[in-house]
Amino acid sequence: MEVNEIIKPENLVYTKPRLMNDNPMHYCPGCSHGVVHKLVAEVIDEMGMEEQTIGISPVGCAVFAYNYIDIDWQEAAHGRATALATAVKRLNPSKMVFTYQGDGDLAAIGTCETIHACNRGENIVIVFINNAIYGMTGGQMAPTTLEGMKTSTCPYGRNVELNGYPLKISNLLAQLEGTCLVTRQAVHTPAAVRKAKKMLRKAFENSMAGKGTSVVEFVSTCASGWKMTPDQANKWMEENMFSMYPLGDLKNVE
Amino acid sequence: MSKEIKLMKGNEAIAHAAIRYGADGYFGYPITPQSEIMETLMAEKPWETTGMVVLQAESEVAAINMVYGGAGCGKTVMTSSSSPGISLKLEGISYIAGAELPCLIVNVMRGGPGLGTIQPSQADYFQTVKGGGHGDYRLITLAPASVQEMADFVALGFDLAFKYQNPAMILADGVIGQMMEKVVLPPFKARRTEEQIRKEMPWATQGKLKGNKRNVITSLELDPAVMEENNIRFQAKYRKIEENEVRYEEFMCDDADYLIVAFGSMARISQKTVELARAEGLKVGLLRPITLWPFPTDIIKKYASKVKGMLSAELNAGQMVEDIRLAVEGKVKVEHFGRLGGIVPTPDEVLDAIKTKLM
Repeated sequence: MEVNEIIKPENLVYTKPRLMNDNPMHYCPGCSHGVVHKLVAEVIDEMGMEEQTIGISPVGCAVFAYNYIDIDWQEAAHGRATALATAVKRLNPSKMVFTYQGDGDLAAIGTCETIHACNRGENIVIVFINNAIYGMTGGQMAPTTLEGMKTSTCPYGRNVELNGYPLKISNLLAQLEGTCLVTRQAVHTPAAVRKAKKMLRKAFENSMAGKGTSVVEFVSTCASGWKMTPDQANKWMEENMFSMYPLGDLKNVE
Repeated sequence: MSKEIKLMKGNEAIAHAAIRYGADGYFGYPITPQSEIMETLMAEKPWETTGMVVLQAESEVAAINMVYGGAGCGKTVMTSSSSPGISLKLEGISYIAGAELPCLIVNVMRGGPGLGTIQPSQADYFQTVKGGGHGDYRLITLAPASVQEMADFVALGFDLAFKYQNPAMILADGVIGQMMEKVVLPPFKARRTEEQIRKEMPWATQGKLKGNKRNVITSLELDPAVMEENNIRFQAKYRKIEENEVRYEEFMCDDADYLIVAFGSMARISQKTVELARAEGLKVGLLRPITLWPFPTDIIKKYASKVKGMLSAELNAGQMVEDIRLAVEGKVKVEHFGRLGGIVPTPDEVLDAIKTKLM
């Protein structure tokens, strides 16, 4: 078979999402953010919602999400993304609204806003990156940091007597009447990426169907913060993160 | 046509005026002495009539960030609180100023510091006009002295906020919020449509239309050269506001030997002081700043060469007095009179202060 025979639209297995622009990304090699950004861009495009979507970016590594996905964005103060999203959606009910937040933003400083937005059942999507560390500020302890895991502010490992326990915030959110979908996904293998995209699409569809709040947690890597190679980080995540944060649906109301 | 005159509290007037202005959203959290604002809105159910959204947030922090989100969409949005709650909102206010978003914030001041008291105070003057939150920003500040002005300043505050893409604050106190007076409410105005927002506020996040550039609402800029440019632009805007938006009221100032400078409820009390003084043959006048920022510096400077002394009467330990002293540049004696912690003085106490401190 000639090469030219293979290059056909039906054989296309990968393309850059139309809504991803050409700005060079600031994310480190091996970081999950890039893949999750791609999925968000693809889902918005495939739903034909480009002109109706407003994203809320957080404080943390994804603060510059607005530089990469070519839609309207608001950049929130640390932890406040779901408060912004609440108003954006309520004042513009026909728009599609999502937040994109890390573990420190969503589950430490923004816990109050997160829980109450979910409890009100705001018709928004929360994209939650859980890499168990503060990446942007240089690798400090996050609420989701594993017991014994070393970070720059728990250099001898997280001690639960001093720092408390890793916070399974998605399990909490799944208990709230206002959430319709709470799912934990990862993007470390092609199969996981495809599954995650399916759930992300469901989340966005829920928000437009007025079903309540959808939370898609991505158990993620932070190769730089974890001081590992990208490959090591993926393995470490599978071996350590998945036992604390098992993948799968915590809640999925049809 | 005869005017529709109602009797209501200052807080209630704010709520009715907001609905009538065509506000899109109110986001608040209960705190005394201003809870009637949200209570009135909830009782009026404007979402069934004008389509205005009213939401009780989980905290003052969430409420001001909801305002940020709504304002970022080009919507006409507001919040209200009282002193301790405003302290919580300051982070959000700084972000709103940094992102150059229009919105209206109402502070019905109570005595502090800390949890303080629920009684009236004007001790948040510094917090409001000198920044409060972090960074070099300014808050357009209107000081109502009547229930009528509580109603009127909703429109004025929103108009100025949208004109300059800057947050505006109504800085009232517990007296103005709680007292009942006659008020003529403004006529109903329609809310802006999405088409109007897209046309009038092309920066607003309403969804990026194909072929358009995306809109990003942010106060973040890591390049210091660009951040300096942003700050220079903010400052130029603030100078323009100082040039064009100073508002004040004069009461028997023309022949005055002594001038009281007072705002809000203290101006109401001081107006009576002027009458008492005049009855005694003392030529006392009252200058009432309506905008606390921009401050009426020029008119105070003008009176500095005409009067024998000025008294800054405030419900605090001496805050506005500093701006008056800056304005008079040492040309005339400026003294402060204030009661603290929620105590409201009588007109006689102000008159005594003029006699003992200035004569």
